Amino acid sequence: MKAAALLLAGSMALAACASDEDTGSGSGGSGESSAAGGDLQIGLAYDTGGRGDKSFNDSAYAGVEAAIKDLGGEVTELTPNADASNRVDLLTQLADDGKNPVLAVGFAFADALAEVAPQYPDTQFAVVDSSVEGTGLDNVTGLLFAANEGSFLGGVAAALKSESGHIGFVGGVESPLIQEFEAGYVAGAQAAKPGIVIDRQYISPNGDFSGFSDPAKGKILAQGMFQGGADIVYHAAGGSGQGVFEAASEAGGRAIGVDSDQYETVGDPALQAVIMTSVLKRVDNAIQAYLTDYSEGSISGGTDEVNDLASGGVGLSTSGGQIDDIKTQIDDYTQKIISGDIEVPTTP
Amino acid sequence: MTLVRRVGTLLLAPALAVAIAVVISAVVMGLLGVSPVQVLKVMVDLGDTPSQQITAVVAILNRALPLFLAGLAVAIGFRMSLFNIGVEGQYRMATIMAATIGAAVALPAPLHIALIIVVAMAVGAIWAGIVAVLKVTRGVSEVISSIMLNFIALGLASYLLTGPFRGSPEGASIVSTAQIPESGRLGGLNGVFDVLGLANPPRQLYGFLLIAVVVGVVIWVLLQRTRFGFDLRATGLSPSAASASGVDARRMVVKTMLLSGAVAGLVGLPDLLGRTYEYSSDFTSGLGFLGIAVALLGRNNPGGIALAAILYAFLDRASVPLQSASLPSSVVTIIQGTIVLAVVVANEIAGRITRRAAERASRQSSGPPPDDSMTTRQVPGVVSEGTP
Repeated sequence: MKAAALLLAGSMALAACASDEDTGSGSGGSGESSAAGGDLQIGLAYDTGGRGDKSFNDSAYAGVEAAIKDLGGEVTELTPNADASNRVDLLTQLADDGKNPVLAVGFAFADALAEVAPQYPDTQFAVVDSSVEGTGLDNVTGLLFAANEGSFLGGVAAALKSESGHIGFVGGVESPLIQEFEAGYVAGAQAAKPGIVIDRQYISPNGDFSGFSDPAKGKILAQGMFQGGADIVYHAAGGSGQGVFEAASEAGGRAIGVDSDQYETVGDPALQAVIMTSVLKRVDNAIQAYLTDYSEGSISGGTDEVNDLASGGVGLSTSGGQIDDIKTQIDDYTQKIISGDIEVPTTP
Repeated sequence: MTLVRRVGTLLLAPALAVAIAVVISAVVMGLLGVSPVQVLKVMVDLGDTPSQQITAVVAILNRALPLFLAGLAVAIGFRMSLFNIGVEGQYRMATIMAATIGAAVALPAPLHIALIIVVAMAVGAIWAGIVAVLKVTRGVSEVISSIMLNFIALGLASYLLTGPFRGSPEGASIVSTAQIPESGRLGGLNGVFDVLGLANPPRQLYGFLLIAVVVGVVIWVLLQRTRFGFDLRATGLSPSAASASGVDARRMVVKTMLLSGAVAGLVGLPDLLGRTYEYSSDFTSGLGFLGIAVALLGRNNPGGIALAAILYAFLDRASVPLQSASLPSSVVTIIQGTIVLAVVVANEIAGRITRRAAERASRQSSGPPPDDSMTTRQVPGVVSEGTP
């Protein structure tokens, strides 16, 4: 008992010292956030995992950052708790704090927006990956992406560069959104090389979102594909993609990244070498464009902005130069999709 | 033992645990260069306007409800030394079945809601019953089988949701079951705020609160005031002593797991009946695991579990304003994590203190104890409301 009391007293004293020391830096932090110079007061609510996923959320932040650079302003970023049960609280907090516009990253915010947006009619909301047309929410804009079109080009690239005639796909969560990636990829690969073998696997079933943040399982699935004879694996698995890159590096195969230009963001030269290309989903461009429109006062709300190949919202990255030799074929397919000659499926 | 001392020993361990957790978190915050005082201020600030404050209270209570039920389910097992880690799978199966059946039928409101609750409890009990049957017939540890059944439940729920139970249109980004009609929904309790003359925000306080309170009281009575509860606790404290006095240990395992599973089946219902009206691919997961921490902190006593659930919910809510104030919200996770660790340590320390006090008392009253192990056995049964 005495020992416990002593321990308690000791740590209290330590805590007190610590608090003395830090009051300065703490208030400095809040001072920084209140010293707003620009006009835009952006609220940014991330999908589970928050910033640092080197993919989806980071891309959203990049778009906000670019917009702030051009237009001035500041951003408040909020990340949901581990089970993402507080999405409504995130949006409420941002709207209560007077943030406008409020950006929600990820389709999972759809229900939360339906609840919160009508309570704040003067605030403009935008949601990535969720359609708002037909929901009657007239202060919400949906930022949609034709992920199937970008993935189609990824499939074309994989099929053309594959030497074994055997490629793979690792999806994060078997949800309709990720199945769209799979559908495009498979269609593209089969268009470029009919009869190609395509392994397709998902890390977690629908309803279990751990598949977007489980590099170990991503690695195991990709290893299985490489051992089975595949030489290029495409991942649409968020943070789990890291494991796919590691598996490719160890097996001497190659991988295709997703969302961001992962050749640039992966940050490890050994893994960089295996990233042949990335299927870009330019969340950053879409958000920057939305914020620019907002600052010009041309946001109407209640509509969807579709970002596809034609608008440059999706596409392939060329960093590293590994697909430069097939550029003409890629451009050819791009034109066919834009002109409507090729209709890319959205479900596998 | 007087009431004051009983309550004192009950509160000693959790209070110690929370204190230790707060101190450790303060040290960590200090190392991170964050002022613990400022963090605390943000955590207890519920908002500027009355409407915001009530919304915050509603958010805390709505979050605490499923945590309370999950903690209760785990605690029922704990009281008999059964570790039901399968609450996660039990509530998932229960919620999807209840949502589907609730959406498929049309009944008058009270019957409709009652049916959904009964289905959820039955499915939760059946899923937990598998664990019990495996344990009593094949000797499979409930820890192993309930963890494994969690994975099976996850996969099965996903299959059912995307297959036969699918109610959402093809291509929708969130797959869900069909919506439960109006008669199967539980209205909010926000009328209470009007009666009390408080602000009435749009956020609704779940009507399931009343049902959860009833469940908590029933479980307390069942455990503390009935023959069944006595047998359950006796088996938990000493299986051999219990069976010597005529308790069928195997039957008790089955009964306890069924009861635990039935309560676990309710975990998803506050959300299902009060807000979502459907089970979907992004239905809140992980509540079953949080329930273990809540049960530990609440010392397996319904009242304690309610307080623990509210504390957890309060900490959870704080993570949003903390981020908004540019403070690391990870302190919430740190506090929650250290509480669990501290609870285990504090339970042990508090147990030793009460044991030693009781030994001293018995030595004074009746001379040296005849058998040391007898005293230690007896004491928790008398003073502690629930040692796992």
